[in-house]
Amino acid sequence: MLVGLVMAGAACRQDMHDAPRFEPLEESDFFRDKRSARPLLEGTVARGHLRAEEAFYTGKVNNQPVVELPMPLTRDLLERGRERFNIYCSPCHGHTGEGQGMVVRRGFKQAASFHDPRLRGIAIGYFVDVMTNGFGQMPDYRTQVAPRDRWAIAAYIRALQLSRSATVDDVPGEERRKLETGGTPGASTSDEEGSTSHE
Amino acid sequence: MSQIFPKSANAWARFSLFGLLLLIALGGWSILLLQRSDFVTAARAHVQQPIQFSHLHHVGGEGFDCRYCHTSVEESAFANVPSTKICMNCHSQIWLESPYLEPVRESFKTGQSLEWIRVHDLPDFVYFNHSIHVNKGVGCETCHGRVDQMPAMQQVASLQMEWCLDCHRNPEQYLRPRAQVTAMGYVPEGDQLEIGRRLKQEYKVLDAQTLTSCSTCHR
Repeated sequence: MLVGLVMAGAACRQDMHDAPRFEPLEESDFFRDKRSARPLLEGTVARGHLRAEEAFYTGKVNNQPVVELPMPLTRDLLERGRERFNIYCSPCHGHTGEGQGMVVRRGFKQAASFHDPRLRGIAIGYFVDVMTNGFGQMPDYRTQVAPRDRWAIAAYIRALQLSRSATVDDVPGEERRKLETGGTPGASTSDEEGSTSHE
Repeated sequence: MSQIFPKSANAWARFSLFGLLLLIALGGWSILLLQRSDFVTAARAHVQQPIQFSHLHHVGGEGFDCRYCHTSVEESAFANVPSTKICMNCHSQIWLESPYLEPVRESFKTGQSLEWIRVHDLPDFVYFNHSIHVNKGVGCETCHGRVDQMPAMQQVASLQMEWCLDCHRNPEQYLRPRAQVTAMGYVPEGDQLEIGRRLKQEYKVLDAQTLTSCSTCHR
């Protein structure tokens, strides 16, 4: 009786559990490639998604990398950039941008260091272009990083670069006082801890 | 004529009445238990995938953030399975000769999708949205367990309604800061209930009445 009950229970479960519709990425036996999620035809533009601003979407204008960030530089943007950098870039470039990430240590070709003089002096749009189209051994990240996030990451890369040549004079008053008095470790370094907690 | 039943039979008859009740209760209890068991919920079941992909290696060993591959989890109801292209970001150079990765290279060459087997499958009458959970401070680990310690992906939670409701009634038991959502082995800095209550307010998590309303999940 018990077995009967369980089987009856199981039978009516599945019926309603699997409604006759496709869940995301579910297999279809109608299409030859078995994808129920149909790929877009090349050149399709969804309404309101025309990528007309060349500078914003490609990082380049007339084939030259854009020099200015096409959005206001805010703390929020940099923090977003740091978060995205740590997710998508740090596996190869490392959390500090020296090109010694985990994947490189596992045998991937040496990634570029952002502290290399060539990259220190390059226009910011260059980074966006490389993220969008890839460069050398680096694949493109256009499906993983949204256009606005690419700029946020580029801005954060600039911050990483600047941090290398920063002096004590660059530290704002309040923070600097903490540094000079030795400070309480927890209070003055809480920001750094946030950035390295994923390491 | 002598009696067929001895006098003690009266006592036995009364006892057996209790015994019957006990048997029925035991039966009911074991059905309830069975209903919640891994056998029915498929928790901890081994799922054979086309590739022996190890989260233990990628998350635990190399330290990848969940979002490197599951890119849509913050914006979409569905946390996507990565495209073959994302595998090939690294595996175009690493483990090039490995026979385990042959299906990946094949998929990349031919454009045919890899056919992963779904591990976490909610019933279709439940409307579940990953993005709202992740953005309100529910950690990946809270539902999916220590993925960084799983050589093969398995479901750890029952995914039954009482399990959902446990959190929907008192989300403060589980909420964590947004920056820690993908962290594995997260330990709250202080009292979880206190932090949870603060985050609940900060992230504007709705009240239990709304969160447990039928149409919140069944629509």
